[in-house]
Amino acid sequence: MTTGTTTGTTVVSMAAALNRALADALEADERVLVFGEDVGALGGVFRVTDGLAARFGERRVFDTPLAESGIVGTAIGMAMNGLRPVVEMQFDAFAYPAFEQITSHLAKLRNRTRGRVEVPVVIRVPYGGGIGGVEHHCDSSEAYYTHTPGLRVVTPGTPDDAYRLLRDAIDSPDPVVFLEPKRRYWTKGPLHGGPAAAFDRAVVRRHGRDVTLIAYGPMVATALETAEAAREEGWDVEVVDLRSLSPFDDETVCASVRRTGRAVVVHEASGFGGYGAEVVARVTERCFHHLHAPVLRVTGFDIPYPPPKLEKHHLPGVDRVLDAIDRLQWDDRVVVRGA
Amino acid sequence: MARLRAPERERTLLPSEEPLSLLRKDGSPVEDSPLEMPDDDVLVRLHRHMVIGRRFDTQATALTKQGRLAVYPSSRGQEACQVGAVLALREQDWLFPTYRDSVALVTRGVDPAGALTLLRGDWHLGYDPHEHRVGPQCTPLATNTPHAVGFAHAARLKGEDTAALVMLGDGATSEGDTHEALNFAGVWRTPVVFLVQNNGYAISVPLSKQTAAPSLAHKGIGYGVPSVLVDGNDAAAVYAVVREALRADGPTLVEAITYRIEAHTNADDATRYRDADEVAAWLDRDPVDRLEAHLVSRGLLDAAGKRALAEEAEAFAARVREQLNADVETDPAELFAHVYAEPTTHLREQAAQLARELA
Repeated sequence: MTTGTTTGTTVVSMAAALNRALADALEADERVLVFGEDVGALGGVFRVTDGLAARFGERRVFDTPLAESGIVGTAIGMAMNGLRPVVEMQFDAFAYPAFEQITSHLAKLRNRTRGRVEVPVVIRVPYGGGIGGVEHHCDSSEAYYTHTPGLRVVTPGTPDDAYRLLRDAIDSPDPVVFLEPKRRYWTKGPLHGGPAAAFDRAVVRRHGRDVTLIAYGPMVATALETAEAAREEGWDVEVVDLRSLSPFDDETVCASVRRTGRAVVVHEASGFGGYGAEVVARVTERCFHHLHAPVLRVTGFDIPYPPPKLEKHHLPGVDRVLDAIDRLQWDDRVVVRGA
Repeated sequence: MARLRAPERERTLLPSEEPLSLLRKDGSPVEDSPLEMPDDDVLVRLHRHMVIGRRFDTQATALTKQGRLAVYPSSRGQEACQVGAVLALREQDWLFPTYRDSVALVTRGVDPAGALTLLRGDWHLGYDPHEHRVGPQCTPLATNTPHAVGFAHAARLKGEDTAALVMLGDGATSEGDTHEALNFAGVWRTPVVFLVQNNGYAISVPLSKQTAAPSLAHKGIGYGVPSVLVDGNDAAAVYAVVREALRADGPTLVEAITYRIEAHTNADDATRYRDADEVAAWLDRDPVDRLEAHLVSRGLLDAAGKRALAEEAEAFAARVREQLNADVETDPAELFAHVYAEPTTHLREQAAQLARELA
């Protein structure tokens, strides 16, 4: 993996960390291109590509027609011809027109061609809610992508991970759907720039003995807040940040759950048929004899994403996660003894 | 960018009223055609590949009936489009074909067994795209159009003189990807030729239910892409049009009017949606006969030449039979080998599970 040209620790927003990752990748590898809607002069609607067109020129950082299937489809052609496109889907739900190109072509070309054709495309998707966005601007669409073999799906929870994961995504020979938690774009954190956890590994963000919160992307911060609040209730909470949704790091997650014996999976997306169901199944299959309670999920409701004034009811927050922790059969042994 | 507004380009956006052609139905040359007649040696090569291509196509259909192929979409009747366009490609150019373009593939030099691997069911693709500069056969229609545009755009960014030829049918012109790709190519001035083989039907749906446009070539205008309407049963004309388009400094949409003589595939029953008279009329406009008549009238082909070519085509078909009648070993472990650059832990576990089941 490429080492960053950024050295030393600074404090930056996640958007700035992503911007720096793109700039460093463009600098490091002339095959890297950045394109999409409004990524040029405007610098992206979230300013993640700010200044890149001016610095690297319109041949490498450019605006395209407003057509997502065309953006991903042409990126595939460019990757077949040896380039490394990094494309932006402006919002989660705006990526759906590109769904066929992503699932039927980007994900499958290596396999179809028995490894003779590589398509190292990175699709950046700002996703999730919590920004007061109107409909079609707040979807958590990770399960569509994680259900597709051939794609890597990653999502950062911190600015430092945003930098590292994006550099790794661009270096990856596999296509990567890079999900950016848009409500955390402006959250600041340290940017180390040095080596971090491997691309496809989860990390323990906070150590604890009683229960494991499994979170990713926008919910990492929520899980850490919950852990602090839980301390007052007497629970010592561990937080695992998945980082890579596909492939899934069974080892790190299961090691944590075996230590704590209890787990809650937290995500913004609807629960039914969602990513959390896969996590619960995997953890239960692998850690059954270590579990003191069923693995629970705290997710968005099974409804279309709500309008801005109602989204607070939908998004998992600290209280809802604490409630789930409370339901983890803490009095299990007492009940058994009494039976 | 000044080139974009040049009057010359604006004038050439509209296709001609009638399809351009070089040869009449009986093989006689069209007087005052705006197209340049290919050299004699090119005409001979066009004919040779069409004869071999047709024999290949007949053989593939026969092998399907014998159960050697799962399905085969025939190119019969469309040989002038596929051979004419492929021979117009330069060595460095790329072809982005569909499932119906098997004759185009073998004309480009792809091994017949490789061209039929998808339909035989051993794997999804049987050739190395980089070897002959042929992309994978596109099955969900029109999705290959943005690939061709991206590929050619990348070539331009790298300073390479490479064009792309993407094949699609009349039905695929209704798909959104075709329009997005034409638009991108128009904006970027990408050297891509969109060759629409208008064979009259998308499986069973006739062109009249596909579009209200005056012609499919007209669809280029909205994207600033120059368009050409050509007689798709005239190999010389298709060759001339595509050859010029590949050398243009930007995209071209070519609509070639042709006809699918066979049903959509062996699994289709064309009598349910078209009558025999229509097919007979098109058989009378056969693309191979047309060029052959021209070559004979010009003294470029004689009886001995025809016999020699027929023998060459038979030998080609015999090789196809031999290849396709041989059973190919498939390897279940390969199912997990190419999903990612390196198989993930998860896939290694599943590969081990399958291996245990098979042990």
